[in-house]
Amino acid sequence: MLTFRKGLMNGIGIALGYLSVSFSFGILAVHSGLTVWQAVLISLTNLTSAGQVAGVGLIAAGAAPLELFLAELIINIRYALMSLALSQKAGSAFRLPHRLLASFGITDEIFAVASLQREPLKPAFMYGIILISFLGWSLGTWLGAAAGTLLPEKLTNALGIALYGMFLAIILPPARKSKGILAVVIFAAACSVLLKVTLKWMSGGFVLIIASLAAAVFGALCFPVDPDQTEVQE
Amino acid sequence: MTTRILFSIAVMALTTYLIRMVPFVFFRRKIRNRFIQNLLYYIPYAVLSAMTIPAIFYATNDLPSAIAGTVIAVILAFFGCPLIVVALAASAAAYLAMLLLPLL
Repeated sequence: MLTFRKGLMNGIGIALGYLSVSFSFGILAVHSGLTVWQAVLISLTNLTSAGQVAGVGLIAAGAAPLELFLAELIINIRYALMSLALSQKAGSAFRLPHRLLASFGITDEIFAVASLQREPLKPAFMYGIILISFLGWSLGTWLGAAAGTLLPEKLTNALGIALYGMFLAIILPPARKSKGILAVVIFAAACSVLLKVTLKWMSGGFVLIIASLAAAVFGALCFPVDPDQTEVQE
Repeated sequence: MTTRILFSIAVMALTTYLIRMVPFVFFRRKIRNRFIQNLLYYIPYAVLSAMTIPAIFYATNDLPSAIAGTVIAVILAFFGCPLIVVALAASAAAYLAMLLLPLL
């Protein structure tokens, strides 16, 4: 049975992981000039790592709303695919109000756990995973934002690299196994460096949008994958 | 200033929510277009890579410690260590580099 309790149990590992990652997001947000409560508000309303990191950087740089919208769209478009996949796994109990509420909590990790279940998904189970993960994410942000200003500067600076370390840990293992992913990863990194060095007037958001779209188009054209592989990504 | 930040947070939150909500509520059938499927497949890797490089080298406000953290992260990630292990080891390596390199 996919109960609320089982959802909570499945979410403990995610919550602990989120706690330490959002701690470093909290530090980053405060260092970028946001207040503790603005940092927590971002985590309460967004529940996403890469999108929040990019968002905080753009807010600090005084980016226009359109730029922020486009950056979030590109960074988070992967959730659309996960939502699509989960939508097909959702049981008949998933009526409209449940779909409206539970879709807020579709993250990479929650998607991965939910999509591994053998039965059709139930709202209670999804709320269990989402609730505990959400608490870990918000609490970690608050701790990082509040304590980040108390910790020695060297230590908070060192913690600033934790998120990027996590991003490397997400992309490198699949890049080892797939030539296409490896090519896309290298293409995107090269593009991003090149744009930053040559077009200094271009803001970080647009560098990210152009570099990642170019790399994904390159991958889709040069390294098309099996239909089976593209359906569930994690 | 505060209003601008709150408005920006609202834009982020709404965009992120709509991306998750619209497919979950409205689309129950599969995307058939092969190019779009491939594009969606590669986008997460492209985004994470472009976000990380070159930003990781500025992440500690000090290039030598950032390089130390990056090298450790790449090695551990390459061998498939859990995300949290890689994240914390990168920080630890950067911190040690900040403490030890000035002594050389």
